[in-house]
Amino acid sequence: MTDRLDSLAARIDARFGEQVNRVASTCRELTYELDKDDLIKVATALRNETEFGFEMLMDVCGVDYLTYGMDEWTTNSASDTGFSRGVERESVILDEADEFDPKRFAVVYHLLSIQNNIRLRLRVYTGIDNPPIVKSVVDIWNSANWFEREVFDLYGILFEGHPDLRRILTDYGFIGHPFRKDFPMIGNVEVSYDAAEGRVAYKPVSIEARTLVPRVIRDDNRYSAALKDGNDV
Amino acid sequence: MSEIQSYTMNFGPQHPAAHGVLRLVLEIEGEMIKKADPHVGLLHRATEKLAETKPFNQSIGYMDRLDYVSMMCNEHGYVMAIEKLLGVEVPERAQYIRVMFDEITRILNHLMWLGAHGLDIGAMTVFLYCFREREDLMDVYEAVSGTRMHATYYRPGGVYRDLPDSMPKYRASKFRSKKDLSRLNAAREGSLLDFIEDFTARFPACVDEYETLLTDNRIWKQRTVNIGVVSPERAMQLGFSGPMLRGSGVEWDLRKKQPYDVYDRMDFDIPVGVNGDCYDRYLVRVEEMRQANRIVKQCVDWLRDNPGPVIASDHKFSPPTRVEMKDDMESLIHHFKLFTEGYCVPEGEAYAAIEHPKGEFAVYIISDGANKPYRVKIRAAGFAHISAMAEMVEGHMLADVVAIIGTQDIVFGEIDR
Repeated sequence: MTDRLDSLAARIDARFGEQVNRVASTCRELTYELDKDDLIKVATALRNETEFGFEMLMDVCGVDYLTYGMDEWTTNSASDTGFSRGVERESVILDEADEFDPKRFAVVYHLLSIQNNIRLRLRVYTGIDNPPIVKSVVDIWNSANWFEREVFDLYGILFEGHPDLRRILTDYGFIGHPFRKDFPMIGNVEVSYDAAEGRVAYKPVSIEARTLVPRVIRDDNRYSAALKDGNDV
Repeated sequence: MSEIQSYTMNFGPQHPAAHGVLRLVLEIEGEMIKKADPHVGLLHRATEKLAETKPFNQSIGYMDRLDYVSMMCNEHGYVMAIEKLLGVEVPERAQYIRVMFDEITRILNHLMWLGAHGLDIGAMTVFLYCFREREDLMDVYEAVSGTRMHATYYRPGGVYRDLPDSMPKYRASKFRSKKDLSRLNAAREGSLLDFIEDFTARFPACVDEYETLLTDNRIWKQRTVNIGVVSPERAMQLGFSGPMLRGSGVEWDLRKKQPYDVYDRMDFDIPVGVNGDCYDRYLVRVEEMRQANRIVKQCVDWLRDNPGPVIASDHKFSPPTRVEMKDDMESLIHHFKLFTEGYCVPEGEAYAAIEHPKGEFAVYIISDGANKPYRVKIRAAGFAHISAMAEMVEGHMLADVVAIIGTQDIVFGEIDR
């Protein structure tokens, strides 16, 4: 398996050169990052050229890297202050910046080649645009249609050239993009039946956010790249 | 002659043939479907976002609730993604147990599908037969995990506990005669493995029974042959997987092509369809039940002879036993850390795909090194299938919509997540 991955990686590097950038992986998976302007060209080649033959797009996944690597509970000074349940939760501030951090949003594509029995992951950052936008791959892989609708619904990433970019999972008339990291877990509104008015009414949420288990990141030397077995990159 | 006008019809979301909460907006001319627009998301619970706020192990239970007719297979995809990130070796016995339960789950799922699909297009009896066998498998689930459906049995590194030595029995009651009671308990005298083996011996005859009802049935064929035909090229283009892809004649099964756990040691065949219609997909799934039964039998034989640990012994992510915890300080600390904070998973990303009864079920996890996943993406097979519904029903009659919903084996728990 590792040989086949390496040979595919060599072919991709030879074919696309500077356009793609391999990302190291510890799980024997092949990941490439590429510029969003190159996406259509690279994707078309990956599907059509027989040496790659990625005839299937299995998944399209949106990612919001806003709070990547942040924890809620620093434990470094725990021996001075004592462990406490006090979690410093970042209060949710809606990120209404005109420009995003260039690595804030990403779209991840999982490709599968049935003829070569191999998988490939592509990641495209959406850049500073607000709203974030990338080109749609629906014309290359038709299965992208609903997957891209889902990413749009949950992350607000637009897909240029998509035939029917509507919300798909959230309610009719939903406001906001719920999987963004600045969208509160408890939501913004709650719905109930108003007997007096005789209709469904929306109100601001009445519950309070709480964290049962704080998010912690620990330095663990067992996972350092140098010590890990099966490290193939 | 009066002019026929096309009109728009709403189907669902509360409709017995909608398999849950599917809402279809159909544009119809006479009885012919011109255009279909499926609305999904009525069962959306934000499972992925919930998983981002919980330590890794606490989300295993959510996975059962995705595709709630193939519970353990969902767990398998999730724990495999974590294992990939952690780099854990799973003990051999645990791998066999997982393969066995994956296949039991496949039978459970296909029985549910067959019963519901039959009921949708007019075959009542097969539904009752299917649920009779499902009941036995539900008991197997209950014996091993304590619950009939939402098992939460798999863990990163293995399974929660070993197979029980005894099978729960029916109790005497004034509504049940002695004769009935001994008939019901006949297979339950021994261990769980005895019960499963007895099931595998009985089950092929049951499948024959379903087939006598359907395979050559004129009405069944009229309702399924040449309905919802998908060519192999379109099936790949539309992201189909599992029986939907194999029904169209593409020989692709992750258990053979990218084997995980001990599937590479199993002897089984992959059925493939020819025409890509509802009837071929029916034949593929029925044959898959027989093959799953074969795999279960092989696992039972191996598990009888090979006792051993069922979860990796690294207490950094799998809890120590109760006894160890009580008298060993180190184990107590591990226990405390695991059940308060959980374990941290190294930074990275992993995509773990399994051959779920419905197709390729995959979990994509991005970890930033914390005790909670940074992003969990669930790739549900049904989501890709139902996105092709509009294309599949176009030009068919209204009644065929129900046959096509049935053949796609749709469960909204996994589509809406």
